[in-house]
Amino acid sequence: MDNFTPVSAAIGGALIGLSAVLLMLSTGRIAGISGIFAGLLNVRGEDKSWRIAFLAGLILAPVLAGLIGYGMAQPALPSNWTFIAVAGLLVGFGTRLGGGCTSGHGICGIAGLSPRSVAATVIFMVMAIVTVAVTRHVLGG
Amino acid sequence: MRIIAPLLCGLIFGAGLLISGMVQPAKVLAFLDIFGAWDPSLAVVMAAALAVSVPGFRLADRGARPWFAGQYFRPGKSGIDLPLVAGAALFGIGWGLVGLCPGPALESIASLSPGIIVFVGAMAAGMMAHDVWQQRRPNAQRDRQLAGATDG
Repeated sequence: MDNFTPVSAAIGGALIGLSAVLLMLSTGRIAGISGIFAGLLNVRGEDKSWRIAFLAGLILAPVLAGLIGYGMAQPALPSNWTFIAVAGLLVGFGTRLGGGCTSGHGICGIAGLSPRSVAATVIFMVMAIVTVAVTRHVLGG
Repeated sequence: MRIIAPLLCGLIFGAGLLISGMVQPAKVLAFLDIFGAWDPSLAVVMAAALAVSVPGFRLADRGARPWFAGQYFRPGKSGIDLPLVAGAALFGIGWGLVGLCPGPALESIASLSPGIIVFVGAMAAGMMAHDVWQQRRPNAQRDRQLAGATDG
């Protein structure tokens, strides 16, 4: 566990929770990233401006951090693009079918005491742990 | 304020993912790898986020309406059904394959990393494929009415 970073995890987590609460109190919306992004992809004429504003803030965060000297390392990803594309398809389809992701179910849904979100969070956590166990320790990836 | 508030919320969310390290797929995979060099940091991120959001959402429950909008948009569904279970399972597999969920993936777009662009493009395709499939199902109309508001 020498890679454990509890202090930065606690500060970062509190900011994520604060963002979800402020978005709910100010605009009445759930800070579920998959739902916010998916709402931009459909053609129906619902309100897209708050979605664009939220995602713009999310994308600007590391840019601003870089400007004040806290540059982010390039995300470490597998070199196999087919592998990445399959993962992306599963995340996209799965979050729509299940109605949320780590933020929508894991933070906002549980905070709203929704049994549906608790179940979804347990299921995607367990499946992700099993997937990592299989790819790293069974297949030896 | 209808634009400034969500912009600031996005910035705070992004700062949280950056500071916690959750924007790095390797850090997320280290949490999910309980049989390897396990890193419990993500559990602390979740706990800290909930410590703020649980009381915060109770506050929202007490207010009649949000500061800058006419109403709260909260999910209408509460039951656990097959689409929820299947969708969460598929999402979990995809998340475990590369360590990216939608927030960190979108946040990292500005890095212009080819892998991130491939992932976000595939994620968008998966979302649109789901919506097309839903609309073609025979009971889709009835299901949409039953579902009411969508989840997060």
